[in-house]
Amino acid sequence: MSKFMLRMTGIALAAFALSPGAHAQAPIKIGSPLAVTGGASFLGDPELKTLQLYIEKINGEGGVLGRKLELVSYDDGGAPDKAIGFTKRLIEEDKVDIIVGGSTTGATMAMVPLVEKAGIPFISLAGAVVIIEPVKKWVFKTPHTDRMAAEKVFEDMKKRGLTKIGLLSENSGFGQSGKKEALAVAGKYGIQIVAEEMYGPKDADVTTQLTKIKNTAGVQAIFVFGFGSGPAVVTKNIGQLGITLPHYESHGVASEEYIKLSGKAAEGVRLPAAALLVAEVLPNSDPQKPVVMGYSKTYKDRYKQDVSTFGGHAYDGLMIAVAAFKRAGSTDPAKVRDAIEQTRGFIGTGGVVNMSATDHMGLDLSAFRMLEIRNGTWTLAK
Amino acid sequence: MLSQTLQYLFSGLTNGAIYALSALGFSLIYNASGVINFAQGEFIMLGGVAAVLLTSAGVPLPLAILLAVLMVAVVGLLLEKFAIEPAGDADVVSLIIITIGASIFLQGVAQVVFGKGQRALAPFTGDAPIVIAGASLLPQSLWMIGTGAVIVLVLAWFFGRTRLGKAMLATAHNRLAARLVGINTRHVLALSFVISAALGAIAGVVSAPITLTSYDVGIMVGLKGFVAATLGGLGSGVGAVVGGLILGLMEALAAGYISSAYKDAVPFALIILILFFMPRGLFGARVTERV
Repeated sequence: MSKFMLRMTGIALAAFALSPGAHAQAPIKIGSPLAVTGGASFLGDPELKTLQLYIEKINGEGGVLGRKLELVSYDDGGAPDKAIGFTKRLIEEDKVDIIVGGSTTGATMAMVPLVEKAGIPFISLAGAVVIIEPVKKWVFKTPHTDRMAAEKVFEDMKKRGLTKIGLLSENSGFGQSGKKEALAVAGKYGIQIVAEEMYGPKDADVTTQLTKIKNTAGVQAIFVFGFGSGPAVVTKNIGQLGITLPHYESHGVASEEYIKLSGKAAEGVRLPAAALLVAEVLPNSDPQKPVVMGYSKTYKDRYKQDVSTFGGHAYDGLMIAVAAFKRAGSTDPAKVRDAIEQTRGFIGTGGVVNMSATDHMGLDLSAFRMLEIRNGTWTLAK
Repeated sequence: MLSQTLQYLFSGLTNGAIYALSALGFSLIYNASGVINFAQGEFIMLGGVAAVLLTSAGVPLPLAILLAVLMVAVVGLLLEKFAIEPAGDADVVSLIIITIGASIFLQGVAQVVFGKGQRALAPFTGDAPIVIAGASLLPQSLWMIGTGAVIVLVLAWFFGRTRLGKAMLATAHNRLAARLVGINTRHVLALSFVISAALGAIAGVVSAPITLTSYDVGIMVGLKGFVAATLGGLGSGVGAVVGGLILGLMEALAAGYISSAYKDAVPFALIILILFFMPRGLFGARVTERV
């Protein structure tokens, strides 16, 4: 009898724990390993700030499915080994409902086997194509890829009848991945890379490489693939050597800083950029305008800092997750995963997202705008 | 063809001048203490960063340069007082490790104070390139080379002709013996950090218009400067400058005539060769250890 009672109590307790009433109190947990410090902190810092800001905002408006959101964030410093440790903790101890994070491609790829095994939806904030190619069941990502940036540039070159180009890439992870993708897709647009040079991210002078490109027979344009201060040095050197070939940069320089550092030499430079950075110059008819203006304003009001695309990626990741929870009507991992895959027409800071079973990023080339620097400011290239 | 080669040489001179300025600081502290100061790159960074902050606050350039150099010299003094001196008679390797720690610390502070962004200092005498036989050189490159030459002359005078300079050399050579003849070796070590910090700051200010400046600019400049100093012979002022210029020229010529993908590898391979045959560098003192 007593044994029977105990068993009944156990069943009753289990049933109580599983009932929706008890769950309504528990928050929805969002796990987030990010590179908040270290060399990749320019990614993780705005990402964390964005997640904190918007989770607070969503909770203030009543949460999701009647439950509050709770952010469980760890700083992996961009290191894959730390990302693995924190992801294990998020899955096994914190028992999060979804992971939105992974600032660097290295960290993300280290996390992938763990989330695939545990069956937890994972929206990565890192750039490289390998994250979603081949498609992994539980893994999604929000940032556009460097391949898309190269394609956008080549599309514009083709339109202007430029077919023979010199490629100058930075010998950093960003530059070399960009170079690989550029070489891979050039043929598709009928672009021939006749000169291929490299430079170091902290080189103070790259006139040697530029002289070689300039003196290559038949070269019609220069495409620089780099990030940060390197391309500004390249641009200044192009001005110094008086090279007048059309000059393209990658999305790696899409910041006011680049124009400021390069000065007059930046005039006429073309580059692909996310809508977020040029919110003000977008026409009012642009569907992304309200989203990017809203995010910019909210972020700047709170942190008194300029927005970066990276914070935008975190915004997109969080909003896609929230929408998926709502569509799934629960936090059941399989249902949420399916709901993320069914994301259609979601307008984020990175573009209009249309995911499918074969595309876990869902962005196309329209996510990038072709910009031209005129009179020291961004204009949309015609 | 001639203009192409000339452009490679100009490019090499510009990069080489930065390495040379950085190498001078390494040589100076090595002279006074036998320590390789891996925070030297950070002194360069701080010089550039301070000058940019001051000029953007409206301080005129010459005054900004002076203040920046003074400020960094104080940082050098504090570093010696609070990090090197408390280590007492620790061996040279421990001191070198302390300088690596100091370098990371200074970078962290700069990142917080200066932010993670990049800034540029305006060139001293405009940015219209000087065109010679179809190749172009920025006036700022001449400023860097000229500054390097002046520093070498001043250092040669200081170490060769002044009591203080000779006291520093004596301390480096044998600290105990120097103490016995009445040299305050503590002050000498502190002074060497002050001078080399000031020197780093000068290098940072002069090269900032070309290298641009940010909290992490010192790492690469410091590393290449160390290589240049070793190549030229640690402790030799002329060696530092020659080593820096050779390194820059080799990089440019390797990029120009071999491949820019290997531009960093070629000079380093050559340096291994040079050091294999001349272990004390091109201008290093021939020291024989007495057993």
